[in-house]
Amino acid sequence: MSEMNNVSKSKLHGIWALTNRELKKWYKAPAVFILTLIQPVIWLGLLGNALNFSSLVSPDSFKVPTITPPLSPEQLGQLGTYFQSIGDNVLQNTFGTTSYISFMAVGMIAFTALFTTMFSGMSVVWDRRLGFLNKALSTPVSRAVIILSKVLSATLRAMFQAAIILIIALPLGFQFGAAFTPINILGVFAFLFLICLGLSSLFIAINIRSTRIETPMAVMNLLNLPLTFASSAFFPIERMPPWLQSVANVNPLSYTMNGMRQLLINPVIDYSQLALQYAYVGIFAAVLTTIGIVLSWRFLNK
Amino acid sequence: MSDDVIKAEGLTKVFNGNLVAVDHVDFNVKHGEIFGFLGPNGAGKTTTINMLITILKPTEGKASILGYDIAKQNNEVRYSIGVVPQEYTADEDLTGIENILLCADLYGISREVSKKRASELLELVELTAFKDKKVQTFSGGMRRRLELACGLINRPKVLFLDEPTLGLDVQTRAATWKYIKTLKQEFGMTLFMTTHYLEEADALCDSIAIIDHGKIIVVGTPTELKDSLGGDIITVSIQKDVDITGLIEKIEHVKEVKKENGAYRIKSENGEVTAPLIIEALRKAGHVVTRLSLTKPTLNEVYLQYTGRSMRDAEESGESLHAKRMMMARFRR
Repeated sequence: MSEMNNVSKSKLHGIWALTNRELKKWYKAPAVFILTLIQPVIWLGLLGNALNFSSLVSPDSFKVPTITPPLSPEQLGQLGTYFQSIGDNVLQNTFGTTSYISFMAVGMIAFTALFTTMFSGMSVVWDRRLGFLNKALSTPVSRAVIILSKVLSATLRAMFQAAIILIIALPLGFQFGAAFTPINILGVFAFLFLICLGLSSLFIAINIRSTRIETPMAVMNLLNLPLTFASSAFFPIERMPPWLQSVANVNPLSYTMNGMRQLLINPVIDYSQLALQYAYVGIFAAVLTTIGIVLSWRFLNK
Repeated sequence: MSDDVIKAEGLTKVFNGNLVAVDHVDFNVKHGEIFGFLGPNGAGKTTTINMLITILKPTEGKASILGYDIAKQNNEVRYSIGVVPQEYTADEDLTGIENILLCADLYGISREVSKKRASELLELVELTAFKDKKVQTFSGGMRRRLELACGLINRPKVLFLDEPTLGLDVQTRAATWKYIKTLKQEFGMTLFMTTHYLEEADALCDSIAIIDHGKIIVVGTPTELKDSLGGDIITVSIQKDVDITGLIEKIEHVKEVKKENGAYRIKSENGEVTAPLIIEALRKAGHVVTRLSLTKPTLNEVYLQYTGRSMRDAEESGESLHAKRMMMARFRR
C-alpha cells in the first residue's frame, strides 16, 4: 500500500506524542503547576520550622526559673554547651541529621512524587469520559504505548516537581550531609524514577476502569494519609510504636525516603542498606508496572 | 473479490453476559457510498461502530473492512480507517494544529508529511485562521470540523462518522453535510455514519440500514425504502365512531387501510388524486370528514412502518432505554 510508505511501523510510535500531550497541558498552565508546589512548600515551611527540635536542646531550654543551680556562671555555660551537644547527638541519632527541616524535606520530595502520580492517574478518567481514549484506541498506536505514555508523563512530572522542592528547601534551611557529593543527586533521581513508575502504574490501573472522577478522588483520599504518615516522612520508623512500624516497614515510600536521606543528608552512607533500599523500590516498581500494564492492557483489549 | 468495502456477518455484541447491544447484524457497504445507520438512541449504532473501528471485540460473528478481519487484522484495519467520534475528543488545552499533529503521530506519520496534510485539511474544514488558537475557544461547529480533519489525517479509505451532527444547530448541521458530501466526491471515500436524524440520512446516505433494539430491520436506498411503503399516506378522521374501513378499501387507488387511534391510515399510490375521491365517497355515505392529511413518504414513515413507532416516540421511550444505556456505558470498555 503506497500510503503506508511514509508511515513508521515501529511498535513504540506515538509514545512521545502522547507523553508530550500530557506534559504540554502541565507546562502550559503554570498556575496549576505552582499550585501543586504550594502544599509541600507550606508543609515544609510551617511544619518543618514549627517542629524545630534543635531549639528544644539549646543552652537556654534547660534552665528552670525556680531552681538556682549551685554553679558558677562559667560552669553553667559549660553545662549549656554540654546539654546542647547531648541534644544534637539525640537529633543526629534519631533523624540522622541535626536539622529537622532537612529530614522532612526529603520526606516532602517523596510526598510530592506520591501526589503528582496520583493526580496524573486521574487524567486517564478524563480521557475516557471525553472520548480521547476511544479515539486513540481506533488508531494503530499500540495499547501498551497508551498506558506507558501516561506512566512516563506522570514520572517525568513528579521527578521535576521533586527537584523543585529540593531547590526550594535550600533557602528554608536544608543542609546536605557530610557524605553528600553532587553525583548523589543522580542516585536520588533513580529512586524517584523507580517509585514514580510503580505508583503511577498503580494509580492508572485503578483509574482506567472508572468513568467518574469521584472514584479516583475517593481512592486518593483513602490512600494518601496512611501512605504518608505510615512512612518515614515526618518521623523515623524506629521510634514509632511497633504496630505502626510494621506498616511503615512495608511502605515503599519509607525505603525511598530513607535511601534518599542516605544520599542527601546523612553523615555516612551505609552501602548495604542503600543496596537493600534500591532493591526494594526497584522490585516494587517492576511488580507494579507489570501488574498495572497487564491489567490496563487486558481492560483495553476487551 | 466483490466491491464490498465493509462486510458484517452475524455481528453480535453482548455486554456482561446478558445485555445484547447488537444482535446478529448483517450488512454490506459498497465502495464509494455513504452508508447510514439509522436508529434511536440506544439502538446499538455506536456499539456497531465501535466493533468496526476495532475498539470493541465482537462477542460473535465477524466483519471485515477492505478485506481485513476486524478481530484478527485489527492493526491493518486501523491504518486504513478514519474515525470521527460522537464526542469532542480534541484536547482543549492544545491548539487546533497541535491536535491534528497529535493524531498524525498516533498513525506514525512523519512530521514533514503531517504538516503538509494538516494545512490542507485545515483549509478544507475552513479552520486555517484558527489553527493556533486553543481548542477551548472553539465553537461546537468548529470542534466538529476539527474532529473531521483529525479523522482524515491518515488519508483513510473508509471514514466512520458517529452522529456527526449531534448537538449542532441547523446551519452548522447543513455546513457539516456539505463537508461530508465534498469528502465523498473529492476523495472517493467510503463513509459509514450513524445518525438519529431522519432528514440527515435522507439527504446524505446512498444506503440506509434501520436498526432498532440491536437488530437491523431493513436495508435499502432512501428511495427504495420510501417506495416500499407503497405510496403516499392519507390520514382521515370522521365525526361518528363507526368503522368505515370497508368503505375506504373500495375506493380507487387505495392499497391499504389501518385504523389507528381513531383515525384511518390509508396507503395510496397517488395521494393527490385519491384524497378528493375519499372525501366524496365518505360524504355520499353520510359521514362528515373532520380531518384529512396527505403525507408524501419520508423516512419517518419508513421508520414508523418498520418499527411500529415514530422516531419521536422512540426517542421518548428512551427513558426506559436510559438504564440500559448507562449499563452499556459502564461495560463499553
